Amino acid sequence: MAYFVEQLINGLTLGAIYGLIAIGYTMVYGIIGMINFAHGEIFMIGSFICLLSLMVLGLLGITWVPLALLLTLIIAMILTSMYGWTLERIAYRPLRGSPRLAALITAIGMSIFLQNYVQILQGARVRPMQPLISGGFEIMQSGDYIVSLSYLRLFIWVLTLVLMVAFTLIITRTALGRAQRACEQDRGMAALIGINVDKTISLTFVMGAALASVAGMMFLLSYGVIDFFIGFLAGIKAFTAAVLGGIGSLPGAMLGGLLIGLIEAFWSGYFTVEYKDVAAFAILVLVLIFRPTGLLGKPDIEKV
Amino acid sequence: MQQMLTVSGVHTFYGNIEALRGVDLEVHAGEIVSLIGANGAGKSTLLMTICGDPGAARGQVVFDGTDITKARTHDIICSGIAQSPEGRRIFPRMTIMENLQMGATTADPKFFAEDLEKVFSLFPILEQRQGQRGGTLSGGEQQMLAIGRALMSRPRLLLLDEPSLGLAPMVVKQIFNVIKEINAEEKVTVFLVEQNAFHALRLAHRGYVMINGKITLTGTGQELLANPEVRAAYLEGGH
Ligand SMILES: Nc1ncnc2c1ncn2[C@@H]1O[C@H](COP(=O)(O)OP(=O)(O)OP(=O)(O)O)[C@@H](O)[C@H]1O
Ligand SMILES: [Mg+2]
Repeated sequence: MAYFVEQLINGLTLGAIYGLIAIGYTMVYGIIGMINFAHGEIFMIGSFICLLSLMVLGLLGITWVPLALLLTLIIAMILTSMYGWTLERIAYRPLRGSPRLAALITAIGMSIFLQNYVQILQGARVRPMQPLISGGFEIMQSGDYIVSLSYLRLFIWVLTLVLMVAFTLIITRTALGRAQRACEQDRGMAALIGINVDKTISLTFVMGAALASVAGMMFLLSYGVIDFFIGFLAGIKAFTAAVLGGIGSLPGAMLGGLLIGLIEAFWSGYFTVEYKDVAAFAILVLVLIFRPTGLLGKPDIEKV
Repeated sequence: MQQMLTVSGVHTFYGNIEALRGVDLEVHAGEIVSLIGANGAGKSTLLMTICGDPGAARGQVVFDGTDITKARTHDIICSGIAQSPEGRRIFPRMTIMENLQMGATTADPKFFAEDLEKVFSLFPILEQRQGQRGGTLSGGEQQMLAIGRALMSRPRLLLLDEPSLGLAPMVVKQIFNVIKEINAEEKVTVFLVEQNAFHALRLAHRGYVMINGKITLTGTGQELLANPEVRAAYLEGGH
């Protein structure tokens, strides 16, 4: 039982990170119908920006952890958003209206480019970091096996929850969210009621990148080491999560992220660590066979 | 009378297909102008070209003294034009209320409540069903919503593409009454494309006939209704 709870905690934490990245995939897919394969790299860049920001803040003498984290969060969200915005502006917008394959290949190209870009700037070796948030509290004990919930995990969960609630409100309640949904449903008509479609798409990339940067910070704090390649696997997992939940669906991305995180944690906890990735993908295949639109994706059966 | 919209020598292409081959027409402030023509004549294309999507390859579109030929669609809408397009294009996964909110994108928020009330009084069914999703509305309800959505932007020029299409005669009558009403009471200028030539010309101050991407005839509504060519091509054997 204690072991189970521990895997549950691991899975939820991993799931939060995947979910935050998956939102970026799903929102971009929803609005322009393309898979932004470079989104994993945006996450990786966000993680590096956090690392650098924490280092610089440390040098400046800002070492009180809550303040350093808050500043880093803000800096990372802003800078990473600029990467997301630029990516769309220079790589994807010129291709709007061209065949899907062109956009897809460009996205893969940008992904490779960004990896190399970070590799050149930051080096190929892993970059370690001192643990910032330590400690936690015991929640369970069986024999001499103690399960504790670290403050770091609690922080990750709370932050994820806050961001997801905030995002849901933005999408469902604000003019920007309505504009995004309008572009999703009929881009031409959205322009015909006066929505600046290009701006709305840009803002979608900005929002996705901001969330990915938060995931990048969580990853950095959890694992303590990052390199230029972390975006690849995390990106694929998060993409899988988005598809599993139903690509284009915001709650789907959150649910998919959690599921992938849990599957991975339980698989490595009870079977073998080596095949944890295969497990997640196998579940994806199974779900897609029985529900091609994903768990929360809605098939389009509407009169138009 | 004051010019509101002037279209001169406009050519529009879809790839190699030339859908508009030099269209000239004008709409004066306060008018209802109808455009009639056979299927594929280019009527919908003209309305879309006025809104810049697809833009004119040659020629000029002037709205209220400003050249909008090369302007972007959302800027054109902001300048005071609204369109209820062919196929209605209601946002299917938004409720009636949200669709109307979307229509008000370019309007000053302080008018929202007032405008909403106006649209609901024109189309009471929209008020009763305001939580229903656009995609599940009947064709007639969608048509009313499309017109209501266009009105929510407080346009000075309203473009309507076949508002009577597929509607029961009772509803057609209602829609045409609404058009007359918003023109007379709200001082909205209306440019209307119709298959239903009889109704459209009776309602309109002036009309144009389009054949193969060109304007071939123009006159007051009465003149066109009496014109033998128009009668033969668009009126006889129907209404
Ligand atoms: N997206 C498009 N791509 C290619 N050709 C198009 C496109 N839209 C319209 N056309 C062509 O342009 C011409 C004019 O079409 P348009 O829709 O403007 O006609 P219309 O007068 O509105 O006809 P209807 O009364 O049937 O609605 C037609 O020959 C049509 O096939
Ligand atoms: Mg048409």
